[in-house]
Amino acid sequence: MSRRVVVTGFGGITALGHDWETIAAKLRARRSGVRFMPEWSGYPDVNSKLAAPVAPYELPPQYNRKSMRSMGPVAVMSTRASELALEQAGLIGHPVLKSGMTGVAHGACAGSAEPTMAFGRMAESGSTRGLTSNTYVQMMSHTGAVNISLFFGITGRIIPASSACTSGSQAIGFAYEAIKFGKQTVMIAGGGEELSVGPTAVFDTLFATSRRNDAPETTPRPFDKQRDGLVIGEGAASLVLEELEYAQARGAKIHAEVLGFGCNSDGAHITQPQVETMAKVMQLALEDAGLPASAIGYVNAHGTATDRGDVAESIATQRIFGNKMPISSLKSYFGHTLGACGSLEAWLSIEMMRAGWFSPTINLDEVDPACAELDYLMGEGRKLQVDHIISNNFAFGGINTSLIFKRWP
Amino acid sequence: MRPQDAFQTLKDTLIEQFDLDPVKITPEARLNEDLDLDSIDAVDMIIKLQELTGRKVSPEDFKNVRTVADVQHVIEKLLTENPVA
Repeated sequence: MSRRVVVTGFGGITALGHDWETIAAKLRARRSGVRFMPEWSGYPDVNSKLAAPVAPYELPPQYNRKSMRSMGPVAVMSTRASELALEQAGLIGHPVLKSGMTGVAHGACAGSAEPTMAFGRMAESGSTRGLTSNTYVQMMSHTGAVNISLFFGITGRIIPASSACTSGSQAIGFAYEAIKFGKQTVMIAGGGEELSVGPTAVFDTLFATSRRNDAPETTPRPFDKQRDGLVIGEGAASLVLEELEYAQARGAKIHAEVLGFGCNSDGAHITQPQVETMAKVMQLALEDAGLPASAIGYVNAHGTATDRGDVAESIATQRIFGNKMPISSLKSYFGHTLGACGSLEAWLSIEMMRAGWFSPTINLDEVDPACAELDYLMGEGRKLQVDHIISNNFAFGGINTSLIFKRWP
Repeated sequence: MRPQDAFQTLKDTLIEQFDLDPVKITPEARLNEDLDLDSIDAVDMIIKLQELTGRKVSPEDFKNVRTVADVQHVIEKLLTENPVA
């Protein structure tokens, strides 16, 4: 059985806003969400003091003590993003949510920081101070997926796609396959991550973070000759995926079709990217979509602004798509949103395809000669009418994903 | 650590942290080709050296390090030149 899968809703909590119009205005204005973090002055050994926190967001009354007791910030953002997506899809209160035909695929690098610390404190001090009935549920890496399911009463499959930087994209891919192979009819798919100094320290230890603490608006600089590492962000983004005939029967508005998903791994090194397998994953997505490389009009890069990552990704991309493929990285605006990036970047890429305009990589002034030749969008971005886009993400442990979306007429 | 202890301390660290055969740890031994240490091991070595020397080590210090003797010289330089961090 192979059914067609379409996107009927999007939602997100991001550094540039929580709806496409607001975000689009900032993208066009080349406004980054990165800022200096005076809050981190208590961590002298962490060299990078930059991050891209989410813009303030409101929670309607259904978010109360009881409904939020099992949620830390990542679960709150993941749930709210999913709610916005369901609202757009016209599915809030729809019987399909509780019918068993709807499932959730969501992930993050990790659960919430506060409850994690409570367990750490217990191990160090022997005291269980801070542990409550909900500490574990807030800490577990699939806290977003579980809380989304509980909040909406969803009774289908929960697919925990917690694979660090490919969480959001794997979630979309596995959700697409669940529907494609007839196991679910509707899926909420995406990822989230909350900001804490932890992830920055992870990359800081590997000398992979940007240290331009006095010039936050100039970093990160994906593919740029003067890049000096990544900047950590946060947020959540969810897509509603639906079986095509079901969506059409209920009169849903369709934004795009999920045409292909490629997923493989390097099997080589815990952090160093491998060009061969990164190129292969794009090929796998094309094969799944039944498309030649020439059908793709735009590549949304993972583009984290690390020394090695950008080079490997550009070489892999050029190998499959040639040196004239338009490409840009949204991480130049949002920083690296970790668990959220796969779904955040997929969402915005689809919106850009529908708008006929693709954002540039901001802070890209001079392409690093070590990066392969591609059509790197710079300046004001580009007006482009394309029918197919590809969004790529690559994670620690060598997990690679590639998603192909087709414009819905 | 005194500068004259650098080689022995380094040798002990390499044996303990990376499970290396003591016989292989000579000044000429190449970190990558002979001792099978990669970029992540280099990061962990830098972290350990910061602990042992009480000095901050930057990736620049390690850019041209290839052999055990190169690491020894970095340690000696840190201990004699820089004030305690």
